[in-house]
Amino acid sequence: MVRPAHRRPGQSRKAQYSLFVAYVIAVTGAVAGLLLAVLSVVDPVGFAQLRVASHEVTAPIARASRSVIGSISGIDDAVSAYVGAGSQNRRLRKELAETRRQLVATSSLQEENRQLKALLKLQEADKTAIANGYLLTSTSTSSKRIALLSIGRNLGVAAGQPVRGADGLIGRVLGSGPSVSQVLLITDIDNIVPVRRARDGLPALAYGRGNGDLDIRTLNIANNPFKPGDILVTSGTGGLYPPNIPVAIVVRRQDDGALARPLADPAKVDAVSVLRPYTPENAEAQLAPPPDAVPEVPKAP
Amino acid sequence: MNQRGPRLGEPASRWRMRIVPIASVMLASALPLMLPLVASSPVLPPLGLLFFLSWQLLRTEMWPVWIGLPLGLWDDLFSGAPIGTAVALWTAASIAIAYASQRIYWRGFFHDWAIGALLVAIIQAVAALLTHPHAATGRLLGLVAPQIVVSVLLVPLFLRLTGKFDNFRLKRR
Repeated sequence: MVRPAHRRPGQSRKAQYSLFVAYVIAVTGAVAGLLLAVLSVVDPVGFAQLRVASHEVTAPIARASRSVIGSISGIDDAVSAYVGAGSQNRRLRKELAETRRQLVATSSLQEENRQLKALLKLQEADKTAIANGYLLTSTSTSSKRIALLSIGRNLGVAAGQPVRGADGLIGRVLGSGPSVSQVLLITDIDNIVPVRRARDGLPALAYGRGNGDLDIRTLNIANNPFKPGDILVTSGTGGLYPPNIPVAIVVRRQDDGALARPLADPAKVDAVSVLRPYTPENAEAQLAPPPDAVPEVPKAP
Repeated sequence: MNQRGPRLGEPASRWRMRIVPIASVMLASALPLMLPLVASSPVLPPLGLLFFLSWQLLRTEMWPVWIGLPLGLWDDLFSGAPIGTAVALWTAASIAIAYASQRIYWRGFFHDWAIGALLVAIIQAVAALLTHPHAATGRLLGLVAPQIVVSVLLVPLFLRLTGKFDNFRLKRR
C-alpha cells in the first residue's frame, strides 16, 4: 500500500509557489519537447550529431560486451523460425529445386556476359569499399531501426553512404561521430530503396516495415507480377545505392505488391562495408573524391 | 566514541538518496545500446520508462513534476525516437501520476499496475506515431503491440526491482 501523497502545500506561501512553479516548468517543458520532436522529425540531420555524441559514450561498453558475449542474433527471429519450421522446410525445398534450374541457366549467361564485356572493355564502376567495420548494437526499444557501426569519421565514414554486408544491402549511414556512426537499416519504416527484379529488371520500391521485412511495390499498380522466390537488387535509381547489390527475396504476394525478406540479416552479419554513394561522378570516374552533398533517397511517387 | 562508525538514528546518505533513482533510470535507458543485440523489431521493453514510472508510483513526492524533462531527454538520445518525444511524454506521465495519486487516496498494487500499464501503452503508441508521421496508423500500432504486452506484464517486476533499489537507497549505514 502506497502512502498517500501530501501534495497540498497547506498555508505556506513559499510551498504553494514552488509547487505551482514546478507545474509551470513541467507543462512548458512538455510542450517544448513536443515541438522539438516535430522539428527533429522534419529535420533529422540537425539532431543527429547530438545523438551520435551520446552513442560515443556507450560504444566502448558495447564493444566490450560484444567481444565477451558475441553478437546475439535476433531473439524474435529465432522464435519465429522455430514456429515456422515446417512450412519453411517445404518452401526451402521448392526454392532449392528452382534455384538449381536457374543456376544452370545463369552459368551460360555468365559466360556470355564475360565475353561481351571483354569485347566492350567495359570499365567496372568503383565498387571498392571506403571502410569495413561491424555492427555493434542497435536501438531495440523504439520503432526506429538504427544500428551502431564500429567505425566513424576516423575511417572516412560520412552521412549518406550505403552500407552492405556480404549477403546484401544493410542500410545507409545516418550520421557519423569520431569513432562510431549510425546506420539506418533498410527495414526501417522511413527507408525506401529503389530496386529491380534481378531476373528481368522490373523496377520497384522497397519500403521497410519496421519488423524486419520489406514491402515491395511496383511503380505500375495495374498488375502484380511478383512470385515467391524473386530476387531483388538495387537499381541505382535516385543515386544513393550503387546498382546490383542484392536486397531481398520475395516471400509472398500481397494485394499491393509483395512481402520480401532482406537477404542480409543485420543481426547475423559479421562485417559490413561502407561504400561510396552512387553519384554520376562516382560511377564514371573511379578515383573521384566523395562529393560533399549527397542526394536523398527519392520519396515514393 | 567511534565517530566513523554508524550512529544511532543517523539518516541514509543524502547523496545516495538522490542519485540511486536517477542513476537507475539513466542506466536503464542507455542499457539497450550497450548490449550486442541488433534487433529487427522493437523487442526489448522500454527499460528506462518502466523504471521511471515505477519510481514515481512508489515515491510520488520524491521527484518534482518536471523530472521527465532531463530524464526524457537522456532517454531520447538512446531510444532512437526523435529528440523531444520522451521529454514531452514522460512529463505528461509525471503529471498523470501526480493527478492519480490525488484522486486515488490509498493506491494498492493493482492500482499501480493499472496506472503503469496504461501509461506505458499510451507512451509507446504515441511515440511510434510521432516517430513515423507518414506511416499507416494500424500497422504502427501492430508493430509496437507485442512490446506493449511484454511491458505491461513486466510492470510488477519493475515495481519490485524499484522497491529493492529503494531499500538500498534508504538503508542506514
